Amino acid sequence: MFPPDDWFNLLKLIMATENSLQNYELMLILTPVLSDEEYKNTQKKYADFIKENGGSIVHHEVWGLRSLAYPIAKKTTGLYYVLEYKAPTETNAKLEIQMNRDEAIMRHMVTRIDKYAEAYNIRKRNKNAAVENAS
Amino acid sequence: MAKQNEIKFLTSQRVEKRQKKYCRFKKMGIRYIDYKDGEFLKKFLNEQGKMLPRRISGNSLKYQRKVSQAIKKARQMALLPYVTDLLK
Repeated sequence: MFPPDDWFNLLKLIMATENSLQNYELMLILTPVLSDEEYKNTQKKYADFIKENGGSIVHHEVWGLRSLAYPIAKKTTGLYYVLEYKAPTETNAKLEIQMNRDEAIMRHMVTRIDKYAEAYNIRKRNKNAAVENAS
Repeated sequence: MAKQNEIKFLTSQRVEKRQKKYCRFKKMGIRYIDYKDGEFLKKFLNEQGKMLPRRISGNSLKYQRKVSQAIKKARQMALLPYVTDLLK
């Protein structure tokens, strides 16, 4: 008998997981008036929010205070935070509502990560890790 | 009557051969252009922060599109300016 039942189930499973979970990258610009603790709490809040909605965190990067290329909300600096995550597609709409409500967020962007971007990010991460180990 | 297009030079004229432009992404095998890397994207901007055309940068259409998407994302996130003077 071909294809075997097992094989068919496996294929269905693969297709289901591929359809439901997507790789995304979230970039936040927070107001520079936040204290260190508030900054950390905000990071945690969104990481937890994604986890609660059936996603998982792949990687996160804290850029800290950076000067902006142009003023946003009369501020010339911002606290950057980059979060790479896997989540079902419905999560982003919920996340966006949360982010729009949050006064600490000056700007946010969610980017879909394709396979080339994923490879690039992994390579970059490994490179950074190698530099840190060497120093 | 002398022919007009038969102009003779005493020394042979030098014809400069320009190197052919190429798409750096195709040549280097880069598949993804990161919007987070502002310094890299500045190579494709002029001094006012405008994007360079394909005829100057030599990018293939596929990668010019990706560069433009990355630049626009970087601009939204204030990593690159929309307009300036004396960028670089």
